[in-house]
Amino acid sequence: MQALDRKLLRDFRRLWAQALAIALVLACGVAIFITSFGMYRALEETRIAYYERNRFADVFSDARRAPLSLAREIETIEGVWAVETRVSGAAILDIPGRSKSAVGRILSIPTSGRFSLNVPLLRSGHVPDPETTDQVLVNEPFAQANGFQIGDVFAANLNGQKRPLTITGTVLSPEFIYTIGPGGLMPDNEGYGIIWMPEDAVAAAFDMAGAFNHVSLKLRADARAETVVSSLDNLLEPYGGLDAYDRSQQQSDAFIDAEIKQLRSTSIILPPVFFGITAFLVNMVIGRIIALERSEIGLLKAIGYSNFDICLHYLLLAGLIAVVGIVIGWGVGSWLSQSLARLYADFFNFPFLIYRVSYDAYIISGIIGVATAAVGAIRSVLNAARLAPAVAMSPPAPPKYKRNTLDHALLALRLSQPTMMIFRNLMRWPVRSALTTLGLSLAVSILVAATFFDDSLDTIVDTAFYQSNRQDAVLTFTDEMHESVLEDVRRLPGVLQAESKQYYPATLRNGHLSKRIAIESSRPNPDLSRVIDSDGRVVNPPANGIMLSDRLASELNVRAGDTIAVDFLSGRRESHKIMVAGTVTQYLGLGAYMDMDGLSALFRQKPRIGIVNVTLDENQTDNFHAALKEAPNLAGTTMMTETRQSFLDTIRQNVIIMTTIYVIVATLITVGVAYNGARIQLSERARELASLRILGFTRGEVSFILMGETMILALLAQPLGWLIGVEIARLMTNGFTSDLYTIPLILKPATFSFASLVVLSAALVATLVVRRRLDRLDLVAVMKTRE
Amino acid sequence: MPDLIFRTEGVTKVYDTGEVKIYALAGVDLKLFAGEFTVLLGASGSGKSTLLNILGGLDHVTEGRVWFKELDLTQLNDRGLTWFRRDHVGFVFQFYNLVPSLTARENVQLVTDVSPDPMAPEEALELVGLGHRMDHFPAEMSGGEQQRVAIARAIAKRPEVLLCDEPTGALDSKTGIQVLEALKNINDRFGTTTVVITHNAAIQKMAHRVIHFQDGRISNVYTNDQRLPPSEIVW
Ligand SMILES: Nc1ncnc2c1ncn2[C@@H]1O[C@H](COP(=O)(O)OP(=O)(O)OP(=O)(O)O)[C@@H](O)[C@H]1O
Ligand SMILES: [Mg+2]
Repeated sequence: MQALDRKLLRDFRRLWAQALAIALVLACGVAIFITSFGMYRALEETRIAYYERNRFADVFSDARRAPLSLAREIETIEGVWAVETRVSGAAILDIPGRSKSAVGRILSIPTSGRFSLNVPLLRSGHVPDPETTDQVLVNEPFAQANGFQIGDVFAANLNGQKRPLTITGTVLSPEFIYTIGPGGLMPDNEGYGIIWMPEDAVAAAFDMAGAFNHVSLKLRADARAETVVSSLDNLLEPYGGLDAYDRSQQQSDAFIDAEIKQLRSTSIILPPVFFGITAFLVNMVIGRIIALERSEIGLLKAIGYSNFDICLHYLLLAGLIAVVGIVIGWGVGSWLSQSLARLYADFFNFPFLIYRVSYDAYIISGIIGVATAAVGAIRSVLNAARLAPAVAMSPPAPPKYKRNTLDHALLALRLSQPTMMIFRNLMRWPVRSALTTLGLSLAVSILVAATFFDDSLDTIVDTAFYQSNRQDAVLTFTDEMHESVLEDVRRLPGVLQAESKQYYPATLRNGHLSKRIAIESSRPNPDLSRVIDSDGRVVNPPANGIMLSDRLASELNVRAGDTIAVDFLSGRRESHKIMVAGTVTQYLGLGAYMDMDGLSALFRQKPRIGIVNVTLDENQTDNFHAALKEAPNLAGTTMMTETRQSFLDTIRQNVIIMTTIYVIVATLITVGVAYNGARIQLSERARELASLRILGFTRGEVSFILMGETMILALLAQPLGWLIGVEIARLMTNGFTSDLYTIPLILKPATFSFASLVVLSAALVATLVVRRRLDRLDLVAVMKTRE
Repeated sequence: MPDLIFRTEGVTKVYDTGEVKIYALAGVDLKLFAGEFTVLLGASGSGKSTLLNILGGLDHVTEGRVWFKELDLTQLNDRGLTWFRRDHVGFVFQFYNLVPSLTARENVQLVTDVSPDPMAPEEALELVGLGHRMDHFPAEMSGGEQQRVAIARAIAKRPEVLLCDEPTGALDSKTGIQVLEALKNINDRFGTTTVVITHNAAIQKMAHRVIHFQDGRISNVYTNDQRLPPSEIVW
């Protein structure tokens, strides 16, 4: 081994603590990049492959009842490649051994027995004989959650008729990678199942012989979804078509898409922060080493080493740091990706996950890591190359401390000499001080941006579950019912309160802007399902007009007092001009609200309801469920108590994981910045500090100078970190806002104090470690060394 | 007549510090011959180090020319000077300038790694009487020993010239003499042209030739008829 290489390795070993502190920051960036990029690729490729193999459709539409012959016409729409019609329905399920009722979505299996679109993948058993009426396929997660075996039987209330169904096989479908039952917020595999039944049997049960109520289309590669959607709407219009939609509004795909987008933006936004901090730290450390080794550099040049050799020597030192960081990052990243892949496998129901170890993610992150270190080192390294050998060997001129206005101000404060030394040094290296402050403030901001989420979710949960939706269960009916059904519900065992509600699918239009939503209509002053404004006030929709959530209003660009066109998609399918009576801030969904009587007057009919909210006597829930299993016309039940619980559990778990990760990340950044900063100061000022000790200053006084500087910067970093954190939080809330939910920006003092506490403690510990070195400083040796 | 190794012609070196121009060298004409042991004497600030650095290709002249044999050093760029140093020159400085993280042997190896025809590091260390300290780090050696490592490092490449700037400046007389012995030994055995800067007038007694410096100029040159061995030099 060459002597210069040996020097490199020894220098590296001597620097291990500083190198490790930097390497860990870099490792964070690399690990996050590998994980998010790797998972992004895995999900994306899996989705593409799955959709292609199982011919997932591009456009979907529901209708009330369309003749099968219409399929021919649909096929002739420009750009359509394949059409599959089917009958779909909802049913309350009675699962043996389960006291609560479950909800099933029934889908027809084509009479031919062969699916042309949305082909379910058989996981076990066989497809039922098309002739049979009591054999079904179920989705695998539902079967697993309920412990079903092939041949097991459960009962379904099909359009008022309770029938036993035998499971002949389990499947996975590209349509149901992520499934949430009606009214649910989280997947509930036990309580919500997808059931495939031979078409004839479904048609008979739902009175749909010779007709269909759902159609899926696969388009040619060059087709435009929007034009097909509008042609399809036109064809289905006479048959009660509910506006057609493309994949972006297909529940399962929309969720996966959101996840993929989030992974991609994570892989783009987050790692650069770590790479930037790494570059700064490398710059600081290599710069200091080169300053220290001035005379060695001069010597190497005198001996005949070329500038290139010297550049390479110090670049390699930076490179070694990068290599350690990259290797750690790769390790952690691989482990994280695997855990995450397992998590995704639970969360999304893919039959396979194409998790190829994407070598390019490793290569790209490796290259970026090395480049980061090189960028950090290059300025100092070039300075080293530029040093003339003769100059390098003479000691550097003492740093110039200049008097400026700030200095005069400090003098006027009559600070002690040690304090003056701290301030003078800060001003002596303004760029370094500023960057150190910035680095520490990024740690603060990461914590602010991570923990504000917690409070925001609390607010959402409180508003959604404890203020707005206070019912214990939601009953959904298959048809619009007369309001007298309320009385029937009240008579069910255990029901304490019952309130009516109805959703009307509708398209709201303002000029060229339009949005398909469901208008919620209810009686004034409900007790269970209330509309709450952001200030906690209960709001009632006015007798005339429509009230919109502010997000919906802004998407349609309307304000209170404006008039919008409302095309109702159910019932009489009429179009009305309705005045926007007001807007209300809502976190979940795109709500639109109307008064039940007002709406009935518009339709010139008696009020109709499809939803009943109830509160229950806890002791009677089993009886209540037993009764539901027999109830006709019931399409579904949602137990809000369970929804609440599963939502809270999931959130709590996520919040704990998130907070832990971000605390680790922020600590790593802080330690990386503070430790290196203090180490470099110690090295720069060892003589000065040793002289003070010789003059009779105590250890405490001397370490005050050393630690004071880093801690002052850490303090300065707090307000800056808060500001940056709030900005990041704001960006995140904007970025996460979708039609599904908005995240309110809730900033509590605790968020800021927690962030500051973590960062200040980490900085203090890091400088204390350096202080121990100061305590061990060999005064004689320091004074003897020539610098 | 021995071969000419260095020849300078009207060399000046001016430091422009803004307010004043400092003439570190104000016209130096000099010839150094193969195998010669030369001592440079002169008051502090008289320009000795500046001249040595220019001869060794560490620094550039402001005006004038410098030849190493047929090679015009003043025409060389940075790269050329690096190669010149690598192939022909050995340096010894007052403050040893060892790399603290490398052992004695490795410090010497630093040179042998990049020279075309080096001797073994061990051999070079034997020559300065440090065969038994090869695996010690600089911090584990005395000043004299460190300086001898520096000399071993300088000679390990078998340089044609050895330039020493106050090699005994930081040493007491006893260790200083050991260092001078080592230098003389090299000069005798290999005929290495050696230039030694010193403030110690006694050292001039071991030189072939003594050059006095004053205010950036050569003020006086004389040749020793009778050289003393270092062991008989006292200061
Ligand atoms: N980088 C520089 N900038 C300005 N002036 C310089 C510089 N280097 C040297 N000088 C000046 O040039 C003159 C000659 O310096 P040089 O180092 O050659 O003296 P010297 O004879 O070696 O002195 P000493 O015996 O003290 O080492 C001095 O006056 C010195 O101040
Ligand atoms: Mg000098």
